[in-house]
Amino acid sequence: MDLFAFIKPKNELEGSEDKVENQPYVPDEMWIKCPECNTMLLSTDVEENFHVCSHCNHHFRLNARQRIQLLADKDTFVEMDSELESKNIIDFPDYNKKLEKSKEQTGEKDSVICGTCNISGITTTLICMEPGFMMGSMGTVTGEKVTRAFEYATEHMLPVVVCAASGGARMQEGILSLMQMAKTSGAVKKHSDAGLLYITVLTDPTTGGVTASFAMEGDIILAEPKALIAFAGPRVIEQTIRQKLPKDFQTAEFVLQKGFVDKVVSRQYLKDTLRHILEIHNYGEVQL
Amino acid sequence: MRAFDKVLAARDANKLTSIDYINNMFSDSFVELHGDRNFADDKAVVGGIGILNGMPVTVIGLEKGRNTRERMERNFGMAHPEGYRKALRLMKQAEKFHRPVLCFVDTSGAYCGIGAEERGQGHAIATNLMEMMALKTPILSIFIGEGGSGGALALAVADEVWMLEDSVYSVISPEGCASILWKDSTKAPEAAEKLKMTAQDLFDLGVIERVLRQPKAEDRKMFESLKLLICRTFEKNLAVDVDELANLRYERFRKLGNIF
Repeated sequence: MDLFAFIKPKNELEGSEDKVENQPYVPDEMWIKCPECNTMLLSTDVEENFHVCSHCNHHFRLNARQRIQLLADKDTFVEMDSELESKNIIDFPDYNKKLEKSKEQTGEKDSVICGTCNISGITTTLICMEPGFMMGSMGTVTGEKVTRAFEYATEHMLPVVVCAASGGARMQEGILSLMQMAKTSGAVKKHSDAGLLYITVLTDPTTGGVTASFAMEGDIILAEPKALIAFAGPRVIEQTIRQKLPKDFQTAEFVLQKGFVDKVVSRQYLKDTLRHILEIHNYGEVQL
Repeated sequence: MRAFDKVLAARDANKLTSIDYINNMFSDSFVELHGDRNFADDKAVVGGIGILNGMPVTVIGLEKGRNTRERMERNFGMAHPEGYRKALRLMKQAEKFHRPVLCFVDTSGAYCGIGAEERGQGHAIATNLMEMMALKTPILSIFIGEGGSGGALALAVADEVWMLEDSVYSVISPEGCASILWKDSTKAPEAAEKLKMTAQDLFDLGVIERVLRQPKAEDRKMFESLKLLICRTFEKNLAVDVDELANLRYERFRKLGNIF
């Protein structure tokens, strides 16, 4: 039996509204309710368990920094091109405001963080998308950073690991964001033609223009359990075909079954799996 | 609303479609080739080989259909993954014989549906982008109507991209953009303006090389000059070393939107 199953959230406690002042102070962040199984989880426990629900294996979304912390050996991550910032190139309404808001909320300058690090001692280019920054959408800065990271990896003969999380191309940059799909694909191709390994990790959600470009171009494509992986999102499809979609449609497991993902890996085993695959390809530590 | 007029013109059902262009320019020399050798023949993509002013060319077009029956049959030009895979198969074939590739783009977008997702729409488009970028033969894409997002780009990773003056090319439809941004798809005209999606806008942004005048069905002279223009471009690019050509194509896309 789960020890925490009987604990209800604070606001569900009887008469809690009246007695709030008499209760000992419990910070909201201390408990997290699993959206999948509704179990109340101690946030420190969740953190220790790779942000995965110990009860039902629900994978909470990670931001890019958490993702890097999860995969990179301690103090080995060296960020690249962190200074690049999006501009409102086509003068799209409210874009500047949205950028500012996302910057404030995430502390990042755009929707991807790139760099090099060691993964269990193996030097790798690591690209992590930030789902909180304008829904992880790809604009020119995102595309440029990904492209530069691939070019760097090609030049230094490094493998690349991408953790994808994106709502697709960023419409506020119009056609120029669409062009990033071609640009990043070109950089992936050059890396591939140099005989180098590219592993993608599809996390919740990977959709649209990112699915239709570098996310689906890995030599090996991994996915996190239950992650939404789609070209067109479920709502768009429902509107197009005017019927309800099956429940597990476009989950990682579904996409695996259809043959577009190599392996669904729980986050607890992700780093080990990456290390293992990198080792099979004879990669090791490199001094950059 | 100037931009939205262009959108409506690009969608005009009486516009010439890819098949019209192929018939007018290749006449009897066109041999249609079918199927992706994997799943099916997607009729939203028409492709084959033919002779253009004496030059063997592979031609691939997104085809909307010219009447209601054809439009149903061709899924209104919205391709499934097998359509993009057929296109890629024909491009790889063109590469083998060092034959230039001519693409006509006219689609509201890649099809959004259960089968399309099950068969890997994202994967099919992604593969085209990657392979076209390194294809060792010249590619030229001409937008003759709508250019809807990734579904259009999957036939437009080319050495040069040209657009008819009444064609559009966008990351999202103006209706889709308006309904996401303002929860109101009737504001599409405003979105069309803001998205910068007309041929002239894209030329100004440096995304395309040429804006072409709209040919009429009977206008032989117009088609002849278009043929000449296409053949000259192919001749120029056939003379470039194939690795260099692929590099130039990469550089073409590499610099788009770089204002850092």
